[in-house]
Amino acid sequence: MRGYILRRLAFALFLIVAVSSASLLLTELAPGDAALAKLGPEAHPDEIARARERYGLNRSIGAQYADWVSHAVRFDFGRSILYDRPVADLIPERAANTAILAVTALAIATLVGLPLGIVSGSRRGGLLAHAIRTVSVVLLSMPPLLTSLFLVFLAARTGWLPIAGMRSAGVPPGGALADLARHLVVPALAIALPLAAMFERLQAQAMREAIAQPFVVATLARGVSRRRVVWRDALKVAVRPVAAVYGLVVGTLLSGSFAVEVITAWPGLGRLMLDALSARDIYLVAGCAGMGSVFLACATLASDLALAAVDPRVRE
Amino acid sequence: MIRRIGIALVAVWALAAIGAPPVAPHAVDARFPGLLNAPPSRLTHAGARVAIHPWRLVNQLEQRYELDASQTIDLRWFADGRLVVSSDETRAPLLLLGTDSYGRDVFTRLLFGARTSLALALVSALGAMLVGAGAGGIAGYAGGALDDVLMRTSDLVMVLPAMYVALALRAVMPLVLPAPTVFALLASIFAIVGAPFIARGVRAIVRSERQLDYAIAAEALGASGARLLLRHLLPAARGYIAVQLTLLVPAFIVAEATLSYVGLGFPDPIASWGTMLHEASTNVRVFADFPWLLSPAAAMFLVVLGLNLALEGRRTSGLESLR
Repeated sequence: MRGYILRRLAFALFLIVAVSSASLLLTELAPGDAALAKLGPEAHPDEIARARERYGLNRSIGAQYADWVSHAVRFDFGRSILYDRPVADLIPERAANTAILAVTALAIATLVGLPLGIVSGSRRGGLLAHAIRTVSVVLLSMPPLLTSLFLVFLAARTGWLPIAGMRSAGVPPGGALADLARHLVVPALAIALPLAAMFERLQAQAMREAIAQPFVVATLARGVSRRRVVWRDALKVAVRPVAAVYGLVVGTLLSGSFAVEVITAWPGLGRLMLDALSARDIYLVAGCAGMGSVFLACATLASDLALAAVDPRVRE
Repeated sequence: MIRRIGIALVAVWALAAIGAPPVAPHAVDARFPGLLNAPPSRLTHAGARVAIHPWRLVNQLEQRYELDASQTIDLRWFADGRLVVSSDETRAPLLLLGTDSYGRDVFTRLLFGARTSLALALVSALGAMLVGAGAGGIAGYAGGALDDVLMRTSDLVMVLPAMYVALALRAVMPLVLPAPTVFALLASIFAIVGAPFIARGVRAIVRSERQLDYAIAAEALGASGARLLLRHLLPAARGYIAVQLTLLVPAFIVAEATLSYVGLGFPDPIASWGTMLHEASTNVRVFADFPWLLSPAAAMFLVVLGLNLALEGRRTSGLESLR
């Protein structure tokens, strides 16, 4: 077990280093640079040259990378040229916003998707199972880009919910937390609905397979109640394949949250990354990518541990 | 039955994309300057014939229109090389899905956009198939260190959020590019991001098929490695690849739309479902006032739904379609 955890930890660390380095070098190689992007194409060449020197952009790629690494290990991630602030000041707030969105969406999707999957997977037919399945197939065909457009449209038409941003200006009625919750509904649902559908389908499939196994029939034959067999015995087996995809789901979650953040103007990491990439702000890009990979690494680690907890075979 | 509905849905869109020039009532870049953000034409009948009423602008600022019921304009079928057009283009053009903020017919652009979006998704999926089947086949056939390197790399790409990988790869290229370059660029990016999903499964299939008698027999008969792989082992993965392709196509349609939505897709005059959404996206409230501008999103939903239905009962997980 310890060897397994150490191996996964090493992978997590590698992921963070590789992703932030790769994004830094990639942006570095891109045509145009931050000095040009900030001053505009009409700026005087001398002015651009001076800006390049000030930000250290005139050095070779190797030198810039070595400099960044030597600072990054001391938790100094450079200065954003676009915002003229240290990257370490910019990232945490945005990362927290993305985390709020992603965790809420994941929680909703799990709490809705898994129980429905157990219900629809454990019944051979019937109105309820059919209804759940139909809704799932429809929602699976609406990735977050579409759900967020649709929900924003609904919210704007009805005026029930705010359609953009994270906070209202001024002092909101009902306190800041209630205001945040109201703003959270549209983006969180936009991510959660397709995800819940996916969980439901996966769980239903796993449940069907689990129920077909002889031990379930044997338990039923011994007179254990149906409900108990489904929710205790079969579920223990059926939860494994679902736990196995949780690690990959986080990537899906971040991908989905990018579209949603842009459409609903949620001030998260995705929007920041987009701005940083367009402005060729190399240190900010590396910071965003690094932070995203920290999310990814933590989540894969957590899902690995969860998987090891429900499936002893993984631990070897 | 359900699968047939799915296939029919996809076929309708494929036909619409192929037949866009005669089916669409207008040219793709035709503008109606007096009809910015005009609502869809309401169909009516004049005797036995189908006709439309013109729109009259009543509020320039809010771009509100009123139906001018006093005038009826006939539709002409099979005229000017098009399926159906209005008999008086200047007074009342046929606008089945209204116009966008430039006064262009949304229905026409939807059909031409289907060409761009579907062609890109298809080409990308074929690219992903070539790269993925190639890498997976070689990894499964060769084994050893090469197998390790290829599979570790594809694991890494699969863990990363696909949208961000595509975004980063697209954004490091010049932000404004001519349309054919954008097409080639996006297709290669999507192929790279999608390939690992195919490579994983193909590798597993090739590895297990290699142990079977027919593969051993072919090898004993002197088949070369390349022949064994191409003629015998990869065909065994056909079914798997077909399912993966049906999952990748919707993902690529949505990826194009997302990149175009944030302004990294096709340049302006080119219609794609993503650029159409992008043009309307300056303010999300636009969608509430002019709902017909959301029709590219509806089109995407129908295509993805069709592909999902066509796969009903065959998919192993819905994960790929979300990425």
